[in-house]
Amino acid sequence: MTIQDGSYALELIRLNKAFAGLPVTQDVSMIVRPGERRLLLGPNGAGKTTLFNQITGEIQPKSGQIKLFGRDITKLKPHQRAHLGLSRTYQIITLFPQDTLEHNVALGLLGLMPSRWDLLRPMSRDILVEARRVLGLVGLGDLADWPISDIAYGEKRRVEIAMALAQKPKVLLLDEPLAGLSAAERSTIKKLIAEIPREVSVVMIEHDMDTALDLAETITLLHYGKVIIDGTRDAVIADERAREVYLGH
Amino acid sequence: MNKIGLPIAVGCFALVPFFAGDFYINLGSQMMIAAIFALSLNLLAGYGGLTTLGHAAFLGLSAYFVAWLTTRLGLSHATAALLSIVGTTICAALFGLIALRASGLGFLMITLALSQVLWGLAYRWVSVTNGDNGMTGVTRPMPFGFSIESASAFYWFALTVTTIAFAMIAIFVTSAFGASLKGTRDQSRRMAALGYNVWLIRWITFIYAGFWAGVAGILYVYYNKYIHPSSLSITSSAEGLLGVIAGGSGTLVGPVVGSILVTFLKNYVSSYIDRWNMLLGFVFMFIVIMMPNGIVPGVRRLARHFKGTHR
Repeated sequence: MTIQDGSYALELIRLNKAFAGLPVTQDVSMIVRPGERRLLLGPNGAGKTTLFNQITGEIQPKSGQIKLFGRDITKLKPHQRAHLGLSRTYQIITLFPQDTLEHNVALGLLGLMPSRWDLLRPMSRDILVEARRVLGLVGLGDLADWPISDIAYGEKRRVEIAMALAQKPKVLLLDEPLAGLSAAERSTIKKLIAEIPREVSVVMIEHDMDTALDLAETITLLHYGKVIIDGTRDAVIADERAREVYLGH
Repeated sequence: MNKIGLPIAVGCFALVPFFAGDFYINLGSQMMIAAIFALSLNLLAGYGGLTTLGHAAFLGLSAYFVAWLTTRLGLSHATAALLSIVGTTICAALFGLIALRASGLGFLMITLALSQVLWGLAYRWVSVTNGDNGMTGVTRPMPFGFSIESASAFYWFALTVTTIAFAMIAIFVTSAFGASLKGTRDQSRRMAALGYNVWLIRWITFIYAGFWAGVAGILYVYYNKYIHPSSLSITSSAEGLLGVIAGGSGTLVGPVVGSILVTFLKNYVSSYIDRWNMLLGFVFMFIVIMMPNGIVPGVRRLARHFKGTHR
């Protein structure tokens, strides 16, 4: 009914969550427009990943509402949200270590296809071809046949992103995509993120300020589970409270 | 095992009755029944990462169904077998609904508890199951008019069913669905985030595993012509699990190799050594220490090593 709502890719409305009485998300509201690049900032323990987990459905908020393109997804299961165009990467690498890079990315593709229920035939050739194409995009085409356990940490980070990108998401959540990387690897990943198609909305948690601020258009600053500041990049950087809570810490 | 390996292996096994005595032929039949059971258990324990200690419930249930339907109700073998497999599969679906509320240790305990309920029923519901005396008088069917009374005829019958079971399970685990199942074992959170309904994948697998355990149960009761509550006890479940782990869980051939070994120790070596259970323990310890992933992956690794292609 409300066409107006549809203009937001992602909308969080007064989310609340507590772990054993400790509030980790307090009245958090946030909007992300289609194609927006939003940076989620905050010191350790500010509740950034917890917020991601509520958006993807891995944990349920105590109260509040989550909308994806105007549709209320608060009660949907994680796999249902994925089918609506929501995709994420993990701060701690969450890949299939025994399997090849090709298989990892193929699993990302298969997850959104009806053929994942095919009990009689293996994954189709097309899926594997597409998986290799996506691996090529992140510069790992040559390693497609290697098992994850045999590649370097920085390469695993790229596979994380490749898996999410392969799904052609509408909203992509990146949880510290640069964590633990060397300077050279960071610039590779930064370039990858910068090349994400404009129709995808990106919400990113990242502590590497040089990179993160370059990529971000808008910033939400969380502290003890509360939104302290929300605005354009320049406005937030100029804000006195941002320095206190985050940069001066 | 590939498209050439399976026919060769089946061909070799089919020749056994021509040069082995009845004792060994019967041993072979028992190995195959144990193998189907272990193959079905491996779907959960190996490919799904869902270790169960109650899988024998389905083997025992389908065996009891056949015994009860043929001896008490006088139904034909075909009808009894069909009803038995349908009933067992439905039971697996219900048990799956309950057990899959958990995973890991919780899942293991619930499957154990559910199987103990059936085991208790088999013991105590004497009017139906004949309790501790077990049910006797089960006869063997005449599939397509052939008698399977003789040891070798039954062996070939069991081999046919085992081959079909192996092929069907091989298709299942190599399918796109099988890839999803392995994914839920390795990273269930990620699989959900990628769009997979983890619960439904596990439930379908649970039902399919129950179905094949039911098939093993029907062969079991035909072979023994008798069924006792001990067949659905925890010991029976654990023996299956032992076969899966010893042979190599999450591999196709592993459960077959493992159940051949366990059946051999249990039925052959036990006639020479009183404390065969202790021997089984030592053999199992040896496998776990030398080849922690089981015999099949262990041998494969050795073979690679000697070929010099080890990475």
